[in-house]
Amino acid sequence: MSLAKRIIPCLDVRDGRVVKGVQFVDIRDAGDPVEVARRYDREGADEITFLDITASSDNRDTIVHVVEQVAGEVFIPLTVGGGIRCTDDIRRMLNAGADKVGINTAAVFNPEFVKEAADKFGSQCIVVAIDAKCVSAESEPKKWEIFTHGGRKGTGLDAIEWAQKMTDYGAGEILLTSMDQDGTKVGFDLELTAAVSHAVSIPVIASGGVGNLDHLVEGITKGHADAVLAASIFHFAEYSVEEAKLHMQKHGIEVRL
Amino acid sequence: MSSIAIIDYGMGNLHSIKKAIQHVTDDTVQVTADHDVIMSADRVVLPGVGAIRDCMGEMRKQGVADVAMEAAKSKPFLGICIGMQALLSHSDENNGVACFDLFPGNIHHFPKKIDDQSGELMKIPHMGWNQVTQNGSHPLWANIPQDSRFYFVHSYYLPTDNFAHTVGSCHYAAPFVAALAKDNVFAVQFHPEKSHTVGLQLLENFTQWNG
Repeated sequence: MSLAKRIIPCLDVRDGRVVKGVQFVDIRDAGDPVEVARRYDREGADEITFLDITASSDNRDTIVHVVEQVAGEVFIPLTVGGGIRCTDDIRRMLNAGADKVGINTAAVFNPEFVKEAADKFGSQCIVVAIDAKCVSAESEPKKWEIFTHGGRKGTGLDAIEWAQKMTDYGAGEILLTSMDQDGTKVGFDLELTAAVSHAVSIPVIASGGVGNLDHLVEGITKGHADAVLAASIFHFAEYSVEEAKLHMQKHGIEVRL
Repeated sequence: MSSIAIIDYGMGNLHSIKKAIQHVTDDTVQVTADHDVIMSADRVVLPGVGAIRDCMGEMRKQGVADVAMEAAKSKPFLGICIGMQALLSHSDENNGVACFDLFPGNIHHFPKKIDDQSGELMKIPHMGWNQVTQNGSHPLWANIPQDSRFYFVHSYYLPTDNFAHTVGSCHYAAPFVAALAKDNVFAVQFHPEKSHTVGLQLLENFTQWNG
């Protein structure tokens, strides 16, 4: 008997629709977010994460309505990320029914915001999202840098040090996405995941690159993640969340069934 | 029709708990800091997230500490997470905070511990779905299978040692109290409002419980 490793389906939501693109291009429509969330809940998802990638601020309210609707009928933890810049944004999401918010770019530009948010709402609802890319040459020891703007802008920040700093600032959890792997379906960056997971005392969610169920297993066994997040393998019904859990269980990982 | 009051002291996400209770009952469910509404309700819920010092401080500041204690002594009462910890004597969090002392006991921080299976340092907070062993029967456990998984998120815990009112226990770095009960009070460390079917069942059981 022990704590189960979590499977977290992620919904990238743009203008009120679930979308999926490969490295932010070639976007495909994957349905109505409320419908999709309902399906994941039925299949046994441990949590659901919504990532709002709506470009225009005019359509920001759509994600609030999505969360409100889902929260009224899906009783597992819900996380919302994307565009969280101030405590009012957090308050609005929590009021809509979210349990946690993901802070990404705003943390990079103003780390104190994470402190303020954790102080005000509690660490349990502050997930710091880290988008990292490998920047070391092949002959060098591995090094990862934080990138913003969908992986386009480097920040000069070292991913491991950043994860530790965010932990000190009160983050309750880290959502770690490899920008090298994201959308490629070749599996997580396991070295990055293990390095971050060992460097911090808080749970780490591995993200970016899942293409099959073995990748989820590796994220836990080799990446030492506490939870695994995936989007497209679930959206297009390649695999159900339940299949994923059974597969993980078969490999000796404790899951909630 | 019965009524349920969820005590509001300006902290945390009370919408989740309200929505979950509304999902299992047609009773009136109100999120409130109003003394009269709380005292006239048939059942009272004390939720809580965040840190204990702020929680106790806000309850006193908003003037709901006394009414919360009155309710805990007189009607079916459900404490959740920090709302459970607040019922104990004392918590080590925030350099030590005195709590309501309805139950004798001290809340501790999880020890740094290496996981036996993985050989890795166990992460804190204890976050996710863990199994709860029901220690004896209670009306609030009705129709909930033994060792069901509930959703937890906390860094502080009540040890099972020397605690007489444990009705549910769990293990993470140390054995701890997942649920306690005495007379009209039932309190849980986990979040029933986020624990899917078994959590909803517990809330439904609460709406039918007369303490």
